[in-house]
Amino acid sequence: MSETPMLDELEKGPFPSFVTEIKKAGETKEAARDLLRLLERSYKDKKTHWKHGGIVAVKGYGGGVIGRYCDLPDEFPAVAHFHTVRINQPTSKFYTTKSLRAICDIWEKRGSGITNFHGSTGDFVLLGTFTEELQPLRDDLAELDPPFDIGGSGSDLRTPSACIGPARCEWACYDTLDVCYEMTKEYQMPLHRPMWPYKFKIKCSGCPNDCVAAKARSDFAIIGTWRDDIKIDQNEVKEYAKIMDIQAEVVDLCPTGCMSWDGSTLSIDNANCVRCMHCINKMPKALAPGDDRGATVLIGAKAPMLDGSTIGWVFLPFVKLERPYDELKETLDNLWEWWDEEGKFRERVGELIWRKGVREVLKVLDIEPSPYMVSSPRNNPFMFFDKSELIHSDYIKELERRGIKLKGEE
Amino acid sequence: MVDWEERQKEYWDFIAKRREKDYFSDFGPPHYSLMLPPVVKDNYGKWKYHEVVKCGVLKHVSESGDVVYSIRAVTPRLLSIQTIRDFCDIADKYCDGYIRWTTRNNVEFLVTDESKIDPLINDLKAMKPAYPVGGTHDAVTGKYALSNIVHTQGWVHCHTPAIDASGIVKAVMDELFEYFEEMKLPALCRISLACCANMCGAVHASDIAIVGIHRAPPLIDDDGVRRMCELPSTVASCPNAAIKMKPKEKTVEVDSEKCMFCGNCYTMCPGMPMFDPENDGTAIMVAGKISAARSDPALSKVVVPWIPNEPPRWPKVVDAVKKILEAWASDAKKHERIAEWVERIGWEKFFEKTGLEFTQHLINDYNRTPYIYAQLRASTNFRW
Repeated sequence: MSETPMLDELEKGPFPSFVTEIKKAGETKEAARDLLRLLERSYKDKKTHWKHGGIVAVKGYGGGVIGRYCDLPDEFPAVAHFHTVRINQPTSKFYTTKSLRAICDIWEKRGSGITNFHGSTGDFVLLGTFTEELQPLRDDLAELDPPFDIGGSGSDLRTPSACIGPARCEWACYDTLDVCYEMTKEYQMPLHRPMWPYKFKIKCSGCPNDCVAAKARSDFAIIGTWRDDIKIDQNEVKEYAKIMDIQAEVVDLCPTGCMSWDGSTLSIDNANCVRCMHCINKMPKALAPGDDRGATVLIGAKAPMLDGSTIGWVFLPFVKLERPYDELKETLDNLWEWWDEEGKFRERVGELIWRKGVREVLKVLDIEPSPYMVSSPRNNPFMFFDKSELIHSDYIKELERRGIKLKGEE
Repeated sequence: MVDWEERQKEYWDFIAKRREKDYFSDFGPPHYSLMLPPVVKDNYGKWKYHEVVKCGVLKHVSESGDVVYSIRAVTPRLLSIQTIRDFCDIADKYCDGYIRWTTRNNVEFLVTDESKIDPLINDLKAMKPAYPVGGTHDAVTGKYALSNIVHTQGWVHCHTPAIDASGIVKAVMDELFEYFEEMKLPALCRISLACCANMCGAVHASDIAIVGIHRAPPLIDDDGVRRMCELPSTVASCPNAAIKMKPKEKTVEVDSEKCMFCGNCYTMCPGMPMFDPENDGTAIMVAGKISAARSDPALSKVVVPWIPNEPPRWPKVVDAVKKILEAWASDAKKHERIAEWVERIGWEKFFEKTGLEFTQHLINDYNRTPYIYAQLRASTNFRW
């Protein structure tokens, strides 16, 4: 009789089974066998058997290692400690088998043999080891050629991630791999040392299709875009006309109605185009993003905790992304300084902006307000005016005489 | 053309500087260029277009005429080192020792020789467990397959989950497997799962989101609160101001009238556990999207308030997801995602067509999100 009858049910069916994976790891590792038995218990009890965190770390790092203890250590001693270690993935998740095999060998020696490829933020996750193995594990990974380093956790810069970008996509409007890597390299200090009000995520997508879901999952979403006209190859359009109804599937689905098709030529009123990508997705051989490329940065995206779910909103309408990406770095430095100063404990940057008002962050970062930033102007007449915007009237003078301090006054 | 030598020199110089310190740390991930297959490096930024050869196989063509085929296999995300080594064997045999993963936990094998595709797929199928290919879409022909479900840790490794993650994903994907293997959906459909409202997977902009929820307030462990928690931050963690300090007893109390079971207090304070095996369960949200195509990105909305936990195969969750997916797939126009379909037919028809019951729980009364959010532009869809 199997020890894990409920989990065995999850080895049936065509989708590859995580239970089979745990059993495979269990061929050599006691921890994996205990994990399976513990999980069977959770399936029976309909609740988790993992306890709240606990602080574990490796030398010199404040994050990247997450303490995890089982609440039934006597019954399941091999998973009494089952700490998570996040390892910063190579950008866009490309690997050589040489590196991967070396990581597997280390993890066989130092942990449970179970991994997550990959965690939601982007790191690959080594799932389950004992406290005493953490430092040797980090040191072994640092000795690899090339070395692998720990990722982010807690109130720090979380490991940035990027879409496949120019490595294998025709729509990449900037070098997502390079921007992501360079930001990761530049900000090793905040990535490894949690010292902010809360977490901060950066994600890089090469076009508005947004394959890494940056718009919903990152405080700072760098979304590739362009400012000039969509490039058209009319001959290729004609080829597509043989296999699709261009009027119905392209022109009629354009959100702004900026396209027309007369049966032989496709015209685009580019001034009305919002670069949604639908037509380009439909006809990759015929249409392409323009040449004046860069990115729009959206800010503030997060899951519902605590002030509700958001998709990021326009913060920098257009940034030209050229090495060494100084404009991006300057913006991040200033934003973090403000958030670090003003943010409450566990307040995401987007929530701080709501609390203080968008005007506040624009002023601090010296960003020009623009209609790109709003879905509409405000629908109420209650506005802040600084003293510098007021006429120095008799009325104001009277307020001054009474010692009333006006907004924006030092 | 990218100067790879220069970029790698910058990387190795950076590493050398870090090695000068007593303790070698803060050196970051390996430079990506060390991990890219030659065809990718040669054609970096030069890709011209792509086609879908068949479900699970993409063909990218460069301006240079070079071609790369990507074979995409689905994984359960949780992988043993044995399986990773098996993948490495396949990548060594067919892909010159290079391999990559996608954002949605698929593994990809890149080959330049078309004749390697089918043998590679057969090797994946011969693995234990079998690793099937699929989950791609072809916008040109308007044929879409269901991609992998991104998900969180659940009972495998998390301390706050209301539901398991991997088990539900497995059960749902088994049931919907035909849509993964064949491109027969009208549009993209991204399904995601988060095992609690913390949503470490940030599933809140998915076509279909499966979310673990609690339904009963914390069962306060006063001794635990005293030993492990800071009272002011525990009180402040509640979005609804339901937690009150009991200064004399050095603990807190929860106003059950106000608690919405978000679990944020437990994240802050281990003395506030809220696990009820019979009342925890799954909510289902729909009609979110992230891509800007045709319509703005959108947040997902709750359409099923609660389904009890039924391990090991969660039949009611599977049934609800399938019902939604198939109601949409049979009624949507080409390229019309769930959000766009609902926009066209209206929510009242959504409930009619899916057969889901509309209850009072679906009317929003979480009033923390400021009204001003609606007037910020959460989209890149604007005109220059």
